[in-house]
Amino acid sequence: MTIEINNRPYDLPDDARISLLDFMRERLEFFGSKKGCNQGACGACTVLVDGERILSCLALAAQYDGRSVTTIEGVANGDELHPLQALFVEHEGMQCGYCTPGQIMSGIALKSELERGAPSNVSSDLTVAPRLSRDEIKERLSGNLCRCGAHNGIIDAVAAYVGGEEQ
Amino acid sequence: MTNIKPNSSSHKSDPNRRQVLAGSAAVAAIGAFGLPVGAQTTAAPAASGAFASLGVPHVRRDGAEKARGGAKFAAEYSYPGMVYGALVYSTIARGTITSLETAEAEAAPGVVLVMTHENAPRLERPEPFYSSPTGMAGSSTPVMQDAEVLWNGQPVAVVLASTQEEADHAATLINVAYEEADAVTSFDVAAESAQTSFYAGRDLLIEEGDAEAALADAEVSVDLSFNTPAHNHNQIEPHAVTVLWKDGILRMHDCSQGVDLSAITIAKVFGISSAEVHLSAEYVGGGFGGKTVWQYHILAAAASQLADRPVRMSLTREGVFRICGARAPTRQRVALGSDRKGRLTSLIHTGTTMKIENNSMTEPFFEQSEHMYRADNMHLEIRAGTMDMLANTFMRAPGAATGTFTLEVALDELAERLAIDPIELRVRNEPDVNPTTGREHSQRASVDAYREGARRFGWVPRSGQRQGYREGEWQVGTGMAAAYYPYKRFPGGAARITLDREGGALIETAAADMGMGTTTATAAVASERLGIPYDAIEVRHGDNTLPGALIAAASQQTAAIGASLTAAHEVLLAELASLVPATSPLHGLPAAELGTAEGALYSLADPHQRIPLIDLVAWSESGTVSAEGQGGPISEWTQDWSMHSTGAVFTEVRVNSVTGEIRVPHITAIYDCGKILNSKLAESQFRGGIIMALGMTLMEGASFDERNGRVMNPSFGSYYMPTHLDVPHIDVGWTDIPDPQAPTGARGIGEIGMSGPAAAISNAIYDATGKRARDLPIRLDALM
Ligand code: FES
Ligand code: FES
Repeated sequence: MTIEINNRPYDLPDDARISLLDFMRERLEFFGSKKGCNQGACGACTVLVDGERILSCLALAAQYDGRSVTTIEGVANGDELHPLQALFVEHEGMQCGYCTPGQIMSGIALKSELERGAPSNVSSDLTVAPRLSRDEIKERLSGNLCRCGAHNGIIDAVAAYVGGEEQ
Repeated sequence: MTNIKPNSSSHKSDPNRRQVLAGSAAVAAIGAFGLPVGAQTTAAPAASGAFASLGVPHVRRDGAEKARGGAKFAAEYSYPGMVYGALVYSTIARGTITSLETAEAEAAPGVVLVMTHENAPRLERPEPFYSSPTGMAGSSTPVMQDAEVLWNGQPVAVVLASTQEEADHAATLINVAYEEADAVTSFDVAAESAQTSFYAGRDLLIEEGDAEAALADAEVSVDLSFNTPAHNHNQIEPHAVTVLWKDGILRMHDCSQGVDLSAITIAKVFGISSAEVHLSAEYVGGGFGGKTVWQYHILAAAASQLADRPVRMSLTREGVFRICGARAPTRQRVALGSDRKGRLTSLIHTGTTMKIENNSMTEPFFEQSEHMYRADNMHLEIRAGTMDMLANTFMRAPGAATGTFTLEVALDELAERLAIDPIELRVRNEPDVNPTTGREHSQRASVDAYREGARRFGWVPRSGQRQGYREGEWQVGTGMAAAYYPYKRFPGGAARITLDREGGALIETAAADMGMGTTTATAAVASERLGIPYDAIEVRHGDNTLPGALIAAASQQTAAIGASLTAAHEVLLAELASLVPATSPLHGLPAAELGTAEGALYSLADPHQRIPLIDLVAWSESGTVSAEGQGGPISEWTQDWSMHSTGAVFTEVRVNSVTGEIRVPHITAIYDCGKILNSKLAESQFRGGIIMALGMTLMEGASFDERNGRVMNPSFGSYYMPTHLDVPHIDVGWTDIPDPQAPTGARGIGEIGMSGPAAAISNAIYDATGKRARDLPIRLDALM
């Protein structure tokens, strides 16, 4: 039973109760993914599994045998920040930084969701690819709570990323 | 007209930097969707004078680390042999524990300790706020010292186990039996015996003239009542601590808003000296008044001592709701009487709130009514009842958050009756001096803020007629309100400046940064004071071994740091003077005739006479020059001046006539908070407060079961907060007039955003629908 995290293999835990989030944080000391609620309501624990975002607090580690997980620690290219990470800094898309990893992982995932034409709750026409708009981005990020109120900066950063305006 | 800055000002060494950082990318991003750009593009030159090089929108210093997921929070430190803590919470509001069955838990896999009142170490009661100058606890309720239960949710057992899963499981195996006692869990019952209360060293009662008689005689009046529920901070980082006892030191990685006071408070509980507690909190995942000392710290340290193992105690989200206090509920009355021209003849703001027996925190919701408007007669009074519940506590803009809601809705209703525009009514009652103390304002430009906000928002003046209109099924309206928050500066601030051989400086201060950008702002202030480039300044904070006993509360920390740096700089000048060689023209000049600028020590009388700081440092014996200073007396606001920040908030609201859904597509807010030190961080702080206020207005409330005193919605699934789709682009600006009495010219910006939006939204809802909403939160059922 192995799982790949940021391109490295790890043995899965024996204890079937361990969530993917706790496995990463408490066993592997990947503290980048945060725990805000442990019940799927805040998005702080968002990671990618084979490119799709999931809430790792709601996932049991044991279910992810053979899968490939990307966390916030795995998106930068060495010292060089991922473009969305750099945009979060530039647009003041954070205050305390606790929701930030989850927001960034959601932002990365939603770009590919938009690119493949997946509709959201605010898409007006389900028969065509969703039109890029701030509301589309906001809706797709609404599972990521921020209590500091960095919302405007977060959406600016993700809009710049999705819209291709990376710097 | 004051020159109002949108969000930026310039820097003398790099005038173009601002535009690059503040506007372009955001504007490009928004522009890409063809959406309105808002206020982001306007640039204006900086105020000149002593503060000219502050105000640069430096990006936050820890931004990249946070974006990488590399910032370490309290629950992210590990020690060999560390075990995990889980808590068992009481299920009754008041009574006595009659039995605790722990054997099964003790035998469960991985368990190393079950701690209850029967085996917990003997501890002193924690010192709550206001009980001593260093009290940092939410209450003085004893921590697991006896069988008595004082609130529903009180920890009654701690389990330590090798993994969190094992600890959580074992906690479910503990059986607790109680003998219940009569508990006061009803607001109405507690209100019957509520007494005029006190807060921060004074009685919450102000009477000038006969306000009731003046109200009865008033030509025009309103007399209104309001309800507001309890609110939770809900920092996204749940409270957590990692604890280690080693070599006689209690080491704690905490998430504190005031590391020094937390350490002192915890040291006293354990009967040790504060030098034996090393408590740090470099990163804090949101504070808002709630990251103080609660029982979990003490329980984690006590259990760690008992088990002789390092402990990580991370509260569950439910745990945060059960044991970390919230903003108290209030019932308020605001009655206003005026003459036909709108001059207030009577201002009554009274009401009732709740506290517990073991704290001294009464929600001070009349403070804005003391300072915002002149009135011939006033009666301000807050009564507090005592309930058997979790301690209430400070939450962003204590008092003013709900107090401005009620006062500013009342003014709107009065303006309508008078057929006067709401802005005009406020202008007519703008005080020349503080209305209750008679002191002069250190700086106040409220009227400029109202006018500029109106201009930027596109406010349509009204005289007693609603301006709302219908667009399909949406009813659209606009509303405004004033914002208010006092200036404060607490004693205890200190900082150390150390100059190095390379021309840089290290600033050390035990300040906290819960995301406001303390280190970024501190570096800018230090750069200005020292005349050393911003990038050559390193800041260390968030550790009680550093100088000072600061607390990030009441929007005062930046002022406290500024005063500390000024003091440390004076000491530094004396140190530097002692290093001046006899051959130099600066030799023999006292510190008071010296300054530092552009990396040099210079003569104030003859600025051409200068010596590079690196030379002075090289001549020193140790190769560094270090100086420590303390913030000095705080009389500027306690005795000398009336120092208050104000502002104006404008909103557009859309209410769906079919579903009652409320949306807030536009918010403009202009603040008069003194000098703005960093426009990027300031925008973010203002918006953060506004968004939390949006939540308070439309969705938030801790539901309290009055039958048993238990919070019924202890989860993010049932305590609703604003999400991205709820939040519009928020246009913020400020007057940017330095306050001559504040240490950096800045009065503090962390909390004022929380005051104003609730009333502005409620007033806009009325404009849209004709329905007045006087109870929070205003959910769709109120408008159906
Ligand atoms: S921690 Fe997973 S959604 Fe909140
Ligand atoms: S930055 Fe603090 S919760 Fe989002």
